[in-house]
Amino acid sequence: MSFLSEELRQQILAYVPRYPSKQAVTLPALHLVQDSLRCVPLEAIRDIADLLELSPAEVRDTMSFYGIFRDKEKPLGKTRLWVCRGLACALREGEEVLAEVCRKLDVHPGETTSDGRITVEFAECIGVCEGAPAVLINDAGRANVTQDKVDGLIEELRAG
Amino acid sequence: MADFEPVLLRRIARKASPSLDAYRSDGGYRALQKAMHELTPAQVVDTVKTSGLRGRGGAGFPCGLKWTFLPKDHPGPIYMCINADESEPCTFNNRILMEEDPHQVLEGIIISCYATKASTAYLYIRYEYGASTRALQKAIDEAYQANLLGRNILGKDFHLDVFIHRGAGAYICGEETGLIESLEGKRAWPRIKPPFPAVEGAFRKPTVVNNIETVACVTHIMDRGVEWFKSIGVPPDPKNPRDAGSYGPKLYCISGHVNKPGCVELPLGVTVRELVDKHGGGVWKGRKAKGCIPGGLSMGLMTEAEFDTPLDFNGPGKVGCLGLGTAAVTIFDEETSIVDVLFNICRFFAHESCGQCTPCREGTGWMFKIMDRFRRGQGRREDLKILEEVGDSIGIMPGTTICGLADGAGWPVKTAVRKFRAEFERYIQSGSKTQSLQLVTAH
Repeated sequence: MSFLSEELRQQILAYVPRYPSKQAVTLPALHLVQDSLRCVPLEAIRDIADLLELSPAEVRDTMSFYGIFRDKEKPLGKTRLWVCRGLACALREGEEVLAEVCRKLDVHPGETTSDGRITVEFAECIGVCEGAPAVLINDAGRANVTQDKVDGLIEELRAG
Repeated sequence: MADFEPVLLRRIARKASPSLDAYRSDGGYRALQKAMHELTPAQVVDTVKTSGLRGRGGAGFPCGLKWTFLPKDHPGPIYMCINADESEPCTFNNRILMEEDPHQVLEGIIISCYATKASTAYLYIRYEYGASTRALQKAIDEAYQANLLGRNILGKDFHLDVFIHRGAGAYICGEETGLIESLEGKRAWPRIKPPFPAVEGAFRKPTVVNNIETVACVTHIMDRGVEWFKSIGVPPDPKNPRDAGSYGPKLYCISGHVNKPGCVELPLGVTVRELVDKHGGGVWKGRKAKGCIPGGLSMGLMTEAEFDTPLDFNGPGKVGCLGLGTAAVTIFDEETSIVDVLFNICRFFAHESCGQCTPCREGTGWMFKIMDRFRRGQGRREDLKILEEVGDSIGIMPGTTICGLADGAGWPVKTAVRKFRAEFERYIQSGSKTQSLQLVTAH
């Protein structure tokens, strides 16, 4: 009996023909699972390993290298808000924006609000430097999020 | 000199549609037609080699020469990996190309694959570039519909599949063998070279890894010719037989304390001063600049007095920087503490060292801890010597690490200490503290 839904399993398997090795599907599979479940539980790791003919330890090894994936203890909220602390943003109040977001949401970077809606992260440069200070909402950049725009942003994310 | 007419940003500057039809009506895919109908793959390689095109990703290796390292008459498969992991801090030129003119990028990929006889291209895009991923996927779908990808492209015996592979937030994936390991589904630990990817790369097959802007240049070299490309930029230094020159247009990113941050396309060899004054709208708030990082964090620091240095492949080296890097210039003004700047840089490398080589894993951590101590008012003068020592002894150049991340981590530290020593000493002696935002990180 597998943990992952048949739909997710099929989505993962659809990547297999793209690569000469099944192991190459590891990152796409981890992304698919996390996007759907907001974390990658151990049971999912076992299923991915099974689908890709790997040891669960190999999947877990790869997963643990990339800071982006969460285990079951620390699932993501509905929206993941990354505040950039790269040099170009830090020179234009990026760190202050991060502090402001954390204060307003009463979380530390990496944590999720108690209502489960917003996970706050710091980001190393997100490549939106012409619009510093910048944030990333899930995987979409947003430019010029200065301290005075934090309230509006939080409101938008809570409503969304 | 008349203002430079942009080529790579030509359509982007007038906000042209990214659709295939619009791209074609602007002459798009003409270069691919020309390459495939008039030239053999070997002739395309020769053309790119003769143009002097050097990689735009940071190292500046001659692109055509890299292609010639592939084994001759290999039965295949040969893989093309396109490096769109653009994670060098302060760099965003590839993002603009992908988001706003994806077919220009895709045409370059297809021509490069035709030249190198690659039958599969993996486009490794950093996870943070969601909009780039979606724009390119749309362009790829359109290209399959139009027989620009798939089987028998343009009726010829040339087959190509292009797949997007999304990264997962690790800077080290921009290193070409780190990228390959990551593509294969493993931790992105760079490989010991040789063998180089051209001989044994992705899935143990011959592989070329090229940057987005590099392949975009290939399109225009095919379209406008070698003479056009070589009429732009800086010819080789006659006194340096190893110099391959700095030909062609380059996308320069300007960020930090300027009035108009942005990305501009200019002939290679523009100075930092011209970038700031003419294209960046000058330093903000009527202040003066204290210095800059001239090509992403890894290249080291420049003082304001060095702003007349030309940003070509040789210029930054003449003032002690590692190289041109990604040509991403970030200005900090005279009121910015050099301690804060270096703290930010050291924190980045300590966070992004992949952990494979001890000198880098530990060295980046030490440098960060020292900078953190400075900011808590607990710096010691001998710490400056330790910073220089660590900066000098981690990396490929001193021979202590597998990849260049550590060279890039050491360079800003040693250039900062050497060029701004008096300010560091004043900071340490005065017992200054930076009001640090004491954020506890949960992971």
